[in-house]
Amino acid sequence: MFGDFFSRALIAGIGLAAVAGPLGCFVVWRRMAYFGDTMAHSALLGVALSFLLSINVTLGVFGVAALVAASLILLQRQASLSTDALLGILSHSTLAVGLVLVGFLTNIRIDLMGFLFGDLLAVSSTDMFIIYGGGVGILAMLVMFWRPLLAATVSPELAEAEGLRPEASRIVLMLLMAMVIAISMKLVGVLLITSLLIIPAATARRLSRTPEAMAAISAALGVLAVIGGLYGSLSLDTASGPSIVVAALMLFVLSLLVPAERLVGGKGLDGTHT
Amino acid sequence: MRELDGASNQLVRLNGVAVARGRRTLVSGIDLSIARGEIVTLIGPNGSGKSTTAKVVTGVLRASRGQVWRKPGLRIGYVPQKLSIDWTLPLTVERLVTLTAAFAPHEVEAALRAVGAAHLKRAAVQDLSGGEFQRVLFARAMIRKPDLLVLDEPVQGVDFAGEIALYELIREIRDTTGCGILMISHDLHVVMAETDTVLCLNGHVCCRGTPDTVKASPEYRQLFGARAAETLAIYQHDHSHDHGHHHHEHAEVDADVR
Repeated sequence: MFGDFFSRALIAGIGLAAVAGPLGCFVVWRRMAYFGDTMAHSALLGVALSFLLSINVTLGVFGVAALVAASLILLQRQASLSTDALLGILSHSTLAVGLVLVGFLTNIRIDLMGFLFGDLLAVSSTDMFIIYGGGVGILAMLVMFWRPLLAATVSPELAEAEGLRPEASRIVLMLLMAMVIAISMKLVGVLLITSLLIIPAATARRLSRTPEAMAAISAALGVLAVIGGLYGSLSLDTASGPSIVVAALMLFVLSLLVPAERLVGGKGLDGTHT
Repeated sequence: MRELDGASNQLVRLNGVAVARGRRTLVSGIDLSIARGEIVTLIGPNGSGKSTTAKVVTGVLRASRGQVWRKPGLRIGYVPQKLSIDWTLPLTVERLVTLTAAFAPHEVEAALRAVGAAHLKRAAVQDLSGGEFQRVLFARAMIRKPDLLVLDEPVQGVDFAGEIALYELIREIRDTTGCGILMISHDLHVVMAETDTVLCLNGHVCCRGTPDTVKASPEYRQLFGARAAETLAIYQHDHSHDHGHHHHEHAEVDADVR
């Protein structure tokens, strides 16, 4: 009854949120928010290159994001600049190069706003197929690598000493993030993708006792945000990406109302172990 | 003697091991063996290669020179140094115990009971005290039924009473399970009482032997004794948040040990 495009966007968004929730938990636990932003910004370069080489956009974005992750790992090994500075260089230079390339593509009209902030009209049946195919793949990988990923998050030394391979987990995690960015770009937009990873996870923290619970709650909250955001976008005629993020933010603010003494993990924000 | 009658009980043996990173040699000429039921302690200043040596033992680092022999199928339990878990990660004690492998609830319970932390099963790890947290980490390492337990500064950030209790626990673990224990320590006092062999490192093995032999050796005195009390005090501040007021207590224990 809303027309095909809306149900497509809704179904795609729900699939997306279900994947972004659990993955976003790792982004929060491992403090990779800026890293996620960097990969997301490189997505525009992926878009431009895809048009130049006429390959599938989702594939191009995944390729470039994975490449950025790989360069970061290599640059970190050189260790002359801090990770923070390296991310700053990669993030903005890939965005800039992407924008310059888009400027060169005079014979093709690219909806820049659509790629930056998401466009629910842009979700095609193919995209839906990619989201669910890719999403199931990502979730399967996450389940497979859950224990080593979590162990490496708690303590790389411990994971290593007991025969798990933290460096491999880290690479898997980066590839998964590149995949999520690639499949979520059309709906949420380059500039806002990481919020779909971070905000539901941050909201879920206050409601969870175990990592697994946090992943599940985060997925559920993400789905709620997508549904709320897309309906809002439809009725208020706002861009889909920002609308979803605003919905996620509202859920986060609501979670802050949970009284502190009812929180699990007791001590709250400054209750880190010494 | 231990070498002969303990040959079949050997867990790990390092012969002339050196580890280099780039052009820098981190440690060299390390000979070390650990048998079932034996406690080996590595001591030495910061950057003396204690952790590097331990990593060669666990197989995380490869030796650039020398031979490493490990009992086939050797199972290692590891208690890491200074583990701080961010508030953003919700983790209960029972979930931490099953971090690197899955175990049945009754096994988790038994492991926690063995270290006197059964009542903490459902607590969030962020709410534990330093001593409680260390106990839980011991339970986590022991539930794997390791042949070799590797302890990296096991009493760091634990108050004095807790420290004594943890050393008691380490000895109990050795006595009941018979596993070998490799311990890394900054602490030159309490540690030595429980140890079979002390290796004093400073890029190489300065001296080795029973705690008493090491304590009496000129190399040990040169490394730790020369600048005596002053050095020792700084040293202790180095690895602890609130050790300042414990100094004389350490000294008392030291006397008891001797």
